[in-house]
Amino acid sequence: MPKNKAISSRQIRSEDMDQLKDISGVNVYACYQCGNCSAACPAVDFMDIPPHQVIRMVQLGFIDELVKSETPWICAACITCTVKCPRGVDIAKVMEGLRQIVLRSDFEHGNLSEIEEKVRKKLPQIALIGNFRKTIL
Amino acid sequence: MQLSYYPGCTLKTDGKNFETSALAVLKHLGVSVQELEDWYCCGVCFSQAQDNLMQQLAPIRTLVKAKESGNRQLLALCTMCYNTLKRSIEFIRDDSEKLDTIHQFMDLETTRFYGNEIDVIDILSLLRQIGPDRLKTAIKKTDVDLKVASYYGCMLLRPGEVAIDSPDDPVIMEEILDTAGCENVYFPFRTECCGSYQIVNKPDIVKARARKIIDSAVKNGAEIMVMLCPLCYFNLDEIQRDIQKEDKSFQTIPVLYITQLLALLMGLEKDIHDFNLHSIDPRPVLKRKGLL
Repeated sequence: MPKNKAISSRQIRSEDMDQLKDISGVNVYACYQCGNCSAACPAVDFMDIPPHQVIRMVQLGFIDELVKSETPWICAACITCTVKCPRGVDIAKVMEGLRQIVLRSDFEHGNLSEIEEKVRKKLPQIALIGNFRKTIL
Repeated sequence: MQLSYYPGCTLKTDGKNFETSALAVLKHLGVSVQELEDWYCCGVCFSQAQDNLMQQLAPIRTLVKAKESGNRQLLALCTMCYNTLKRSIEFIRDDSEKLDTIHQFMDLETTRFYGNEIDVIDILSLLRQIGPDRLKTAIKKTDVDLKVASYYGCMLLRPGEVAIDSPDDPVIMEEILDTAGCENVYFPFRTECCGSYQIVNKPDIVKARARKIIDSAVKNGAEIMVMLCPLCYFNLDEIQRDIQKEDKSFQTIPVLYITQLLALLMGLEKDIHDFNLHSIDPRPVLKRKGLL
């Protein structure tokens, strides 16, 4: 989250917020920032923004910053955060929403041809299809 | 007991050991399963987008086939398939608007699916249904001194609406193995994600996760690790060789599908297992324990 930045209503882009709400169906305002999601997330070490901060940034309208972040692409939808949330916020669905916002404008995240042939041949279908579902629209 | 069976893609290739052993175990327990005549890929990862019905088409089409089969229960061995099929049902249940749209996209299917006709079931719940008494009588090798770590992964426990046991502290695998006469090893990472499909683009995540999970199981005294998910299986078996190359002190552990272990304990034919599909060879420990 940008430090020392005054928040004003002008910065909150409501159309992006609406899009995220439509895709995810999640009420992020239920979150009171306890941090359980980030404490439980098994991939948090690899993220640039931890899950509880993602939710805080959504509350404040920093969607532009979030869609540029690596975090939604690190999340593998294991749903631990959602299960741990004492407020019933489905954080995993918010991550999916952020991925979808990017995919719906770019079609593809990352480049499939970058996967080494040697690796690709070894991978089971379940890994490839799972990956395509999350990185291609 | 008769039920339909949905294998999914990987159980016909890399996960073949899961299919052959599970079907042999069920047959031995007197359960008859019928593979669906025609089925489609479930899509692996359930689409969590509320506004995209297109991604629900594949699982719903399979559920239509299941309805046409005439059996109420549909066995999904693969945990990813279980999760996706079950969540698809929850997604469309009692929502006629969504169902109408989905059915408009289906040309070949004439049967209408409403969401209440099929119960998707996983093999652990099925074994629980069969009951410990019947399982116990089917076990031939009762004096095996084997320390087993059960790894659950994500898809049978999360989210809550499809969970077969407590997401925090599940016991169903341990109960089954206890009945089968194994010694259970509890380790803290048994319900944690292995990194899933990130093995494709971000294998470092999977490597770090696998290291934590395996180290923890080994530290707690496990001799083998059992699981159900073909993706967890691939991630936790194959990657041990890479970890070992980087760190000679890393201690590997053989990984099996839980049904492979049950088949061995039942004394079923050994040629149902293709041990060439294992990256960490389980044969030495299985021989030592008198299972091979």
